[in-house]
Amino acid sequence: MKIVSYALIPIMIIFIIVYGLYKKVDIYSSFVEGAKEGVKSAINIFPFTISMVFAVNIFLHSGLLEKAFSLLGSFVNGLNPRIISMMLLRPISGSASLVIMSDIFKSLGPDSFIGRLASTIQGSTDTTFYVITLYFGSVGIRKIRYALKAGLFADLVGIIMSLIFVYFIFGK
Amino acid sequence: MVSLIWGALILLGIFYSFISKNIALTNNEILESSTQALEMFLNMAPLIVLWMGLMKIAEKSGLLEKIAYKFSFILSRLFPSIPKGHEALGLIASNIIVNMAGLGSAATPFGLKAMEKLQELNDNKDTASEAMITFLVLNTSGVTIIPTSIISLRSLYGSANPSEIIITALLSTMCASIAGLLLDYLIRRHNK
Repeated sequence: MKIVSYALIPIMIIFIIVYGLYKKVDIYSSFVEGAKEGVKSAINIFPFTISMVFAVNIFLHSGLLEKAFSLLGSFVNGLNPRIISMMLLRPISGSASLVIMSDIFKSLGPDSFIGRLASTIQGSTDTTFYVITLYFGSVGIRKIRYALKAGLFADLVGIIMSLIFVYFIFGK
Repeated sequence: MVSLIWGALILLGIFYSFISKNIALTNNEILESSTQALEMFLNMAPLIVLWMGLMKIAEKSGLLEKIAYKFSFILSRLFPSIPKGHEALGLIASNIIVNMAGLGSAATPFGLKAMEKLQELNDNKDTASEAMITFLVLNTSGVTIIPTSIISLRSLYGSANPSEIIITALLSTMCASIAGLLLDYLIRRHNK
């Protein structure tokens, strides 16, 4: 399974180069032309990266989440508070949810119910908020209409289904 | 909407760190977040430049159009507003394929390029088009067949079977995508 994912990129590159040569495209100057455009779009997205990291960092390190969970703790006895903060953070920050997942692996083990659930959630959802600001920002879209609603809804369904599938496939 | 959440994250964080007397820590965090963002940018930017170069070759040789036609049986249904065989569809297909392989960071350049092409088709340049939103839903529901980073972390922490979560992740991600696309479809129909 893993080899497929390692081989995909090199194979794609062979395909692009061979097809370009076959169609008699000036592949070298096309590459440089595209790369120049790439520099422009890379620079375009930097303001969005910095805006997200700035806001997410302030929020994460204020300790507000931990406080909220210690208050909530008595209501949500059944679920590990770390898995809940992972669910909430997943759409905002990929690196933060990855850190929580490693933390869960370390304390409960990757093969525990919570460990499997964390892996499944991480694998079936994405950093919706970041992707939306990045993708729309890069082309100058300011009115995103119902994009966030639809994206977050998909994440919510992903989380609920993860819970159901992990429970029924691996057991508690 | 984004402004509201962005502002709320900052204000809640700062107010709470005043209350909990964590303000020195938050002050550091503010100063460090720009360096951290630069680090993220430096990880991502070279990949974008490299792939935009390679994709230019694929664009000029007509490979993107070919891919678009190959996948048009499904993509033209999801994106009725994009003309058949348009390069945007080829880029969307490539983005999804790379995403499925669990190579999220390599997928970003394809996604950004696809957004550029979708913006060319967009009549109202500051407002998201329907095709853009469908693409984002598809992208953010994270159709991943082989979540490479998770599998390697699981084996690092001594899992007996690191790749066993592929099946649960795949099933949930499919449900998420279908649910997202369904909601997107219903909103689109409702708006007509």
